[in-house]
Amino acid sequence: MTKAEIIEQIYEKVGFSKKESSEIVELVFDTMKETLEKGEKIKISGFGNFVVRAKRPRVGRNPQTGEEIEISARRVLTFRPSQVLKQALNKSEIVS
Amino acid sequence: MNKSDLVQAVTSKLPTLAAKDVEVIVNTIFDSMTRSLSQGDRIEIRGFGSFEVRVRKPRQGRNPKTGRSVQVGTRRVPFFKVGKELKEKVNNHG
Repeated sequence: MTKAEIIEQIYEKVGFSKKESSEIVELVFDTMKETLEKGEKIKISGFGNFVVRAKRPRVGRNPQTGEEIEISARRVLTFRPSQVLKQALNKSEIVS
Repeated sequence: MNKSDLVQAVTSKLPTLAAKDVEVIVNTIFDSMTRSLSQGDRIEIRGFGSFEVRVRKPRQGRNPKTGRSVQVGTRRVPFFKVGKELKEKVNNHG
């Protein structure tokens, strides 16, 4: 699924024009991005939480040369899926 | 920020729309993403990131309350990979 298919769903189910649907979907993701860039978390009930976490600097290793390198402190974005989403993925029997 | 804050923020940028309509759209976005993932589909949102379903093997678990071991079956878990652009922006901001 891509953004285009999400836009298609909104066009079909909500009845906005394709142009409007596309504008709003872009705005929703842009707003989420701006919020996360500021370091603020986003909680979408029934879906999950997007959380910005600070990582301390640590010593890593170049796997090719074995050389030790310092990995600087950084901020990373993690997604914590909600129970509802996890359950939705496990509704049907899993055939492996 | 929760879902209603997100709806408010989007509405303030699109004054021609009612908050009620934006709410329906935001719900539709996450509902269709949930549906897509539950069908095992991968979702790719350019500039944001991608979501996919990963399969966890069955394992022997333990009930933390009783200490009794229980069989945990094969499970599907959602996995989010942040997009390059957003990853850099989150890290470089402040």
